[in-house]
Amino acid sequence: MIKSISNIGSSVVNVFKQTIDVICLLLDTCYYIFIGPFKKKTPKFASILEQMIFAGIQSFPITFFVALFTGIVIAMQSAYQLKVFGAEIFTASMVSVSMARELSPVLTGLVVAGRVGAAITAEISSMKVSEQIEALETMALDPVRFLVVPRVLALIIMLPCLTVLGDIVGVIGGFIVGVFSIGLNAYRYMDMSFEFLLFKDVWTGLVKSFVFGLVISLIGCYMGLNAKGGAEGVGRATTLSVVTSFILIILFDCLLTGLFYFINV
Amino acid sequence: MKKEVVIKVEGLQKSFNGRQVLKDINIEIYRGETFVIMGGSGCGKSTLLRHLIGSLIPDKGSVTILGKDISTLRKSELDDLKKHIGMSFQGSALFDSMTVGENVSLALREHTKLTKDVIDIMVKMKLDLVGLRGFENLMPSQLSGGMKKRVGIARAFAMDPQIVFYDEPTAGLDPIVTAVMDKLVDDLAKALSVTSIIVTHDMSSVFRVADRIAMLYEGKVLEVGTKEQIQNSKNPYVQQFVSGSPDGPIKFFQDKGDYLKELTS
Repeated sequence: MIKSISNIGSSVVNVFKQTIDVICLLLDTCYYIFIGPFKKKTPKFASILEQMIFAGIQSFPITFFVALFTGIVIAMQSAYQLKVFGAEIFTASMVSVSMARELSPVLTGLVVAGRVGAAITAEISSMKVSEQIEALETMALDPVRFLVVPRVLALIIMLPCLTVLGDIVGVIGGFIVGVFSIGLNAYRYMDMSFEFLLFKDVWTGLVKSFVFGLVISLIGCYMGLNAKGGAEGVGRATTLSVVTSFILIILFDCLLTGLFYFINV
Repeated sequence: MKKEVVIKVEGLQKSFNGRQVLKDINIEIYRGETFVIMGGSGCGKSTLLRHLIGSLIPDKGSVTILGKDISTLRKSELDDLKKHIGMSFQGSALFDSMTVGENVSLALREHTKLTKDVIDIMVKMKLDLVGLRGFENLMPSQLSGGMKKRVGIARAFAMDPQIVFYDEPTAGLDPIVTAVMDKLVDDLAKALSVTSIIVTHDMSSVFRVADRIAMLYEGKVLEVGTKEQIQNSKNPYVQQFVSGSPDGPIKFFQDKGDYLKELTS
């Protein structure tokens, strides 16, 4: 009994300590992004670009399919329920608003956490276990500036871009169902898609995806930099990174949705 | 003539999770000499090395490198100090994503204002020092273990350091490559008059390259002396290590004492 209580206690302390460590990593990253350039410690443009291509452009196909099928599913589900009220035409608004506010940011975030977050942790943790991180440090090069900053910048820029693409593709998915399956008028469908879609719906979705990008990249880098042991350590760090990112994405989604719902911005 | 001390370790103590790894280490290393730190696995060699390169800060005592006490330095001052130090890692720790040339030139590109042409020439010179001229454009994965180690050494020498550390430079190499590495370490030390500090337990290497030797056992320095002094040491621990005998005061098996009790408990 006492042992299990002490286990719970040590887990809580551990989570608290890791949270503080991640916040410190965030502060270090902010230092190199905002103050670094004035101290001739600019992040490397080439590595930011490389990460943007990997995290953003190469994630486009998977984002495309996820958003397309989600749009199709939402359209069918909405039409099924709206049919009861004879209001199938509102399917269009249903798809566009739920994609913009919720589904596109969250699903894109989860897909990118699985694809890019895992890759970030696997790469950095194998650098860690093969002494490459230590080699950087002995050369007086900060791993945060070298490895973390380009990845964080790439994800906070590219995830909102992917989310916008997801919004558009989701609407196209809904359009396919609405027009070709339910038999709604194409012009009317597009009209209704934007009728109830407010600018707020789009930007709150983008704020979410910005936060998710920060979460995925920071957790990915943190888990990588703190990996221990050989190949097993790399595997453990990667799993932990993806699981933690998933949980935090849902948690932050909940918090931000609550924030935007209750506080009328 | 009084010899100039480049590294001075006084009363160094370090514990991890309550286990004392280093217990009162006192060493002086002079400019231009090749100093070998030897000892069995788990005796604290690597921990001591990490203090000497400024990666770890002592719990008690002081480590003074080139006249500066590392525990009193700010991060920027420690970074400046690290530019005078080169380190060759046990697993070579080359950056997988960079070519051999980029690995060697990284510190030059980051810490100096030299033009690309000058850096290219310097990289060729450094690679020539280790007998790998013309290998600039290969990736580390295309090299053998011994070649990787030599590139690691070229990278350690990139910034023309005053002190170079080698962590197990001959571990995992065949006898001929081992001899080549020893000759290389010796030649570099003489040609560039750098202070070399080698951590190893390979006795044949030790007596080929060392000017002075420190024998470490269970976190303490047992003896410091020249090759001859160590070879003729009266200390039974040192004798056992030098002769590589399984019998002696250094135990590899636990006492039989309570074996039966432990088995049945």
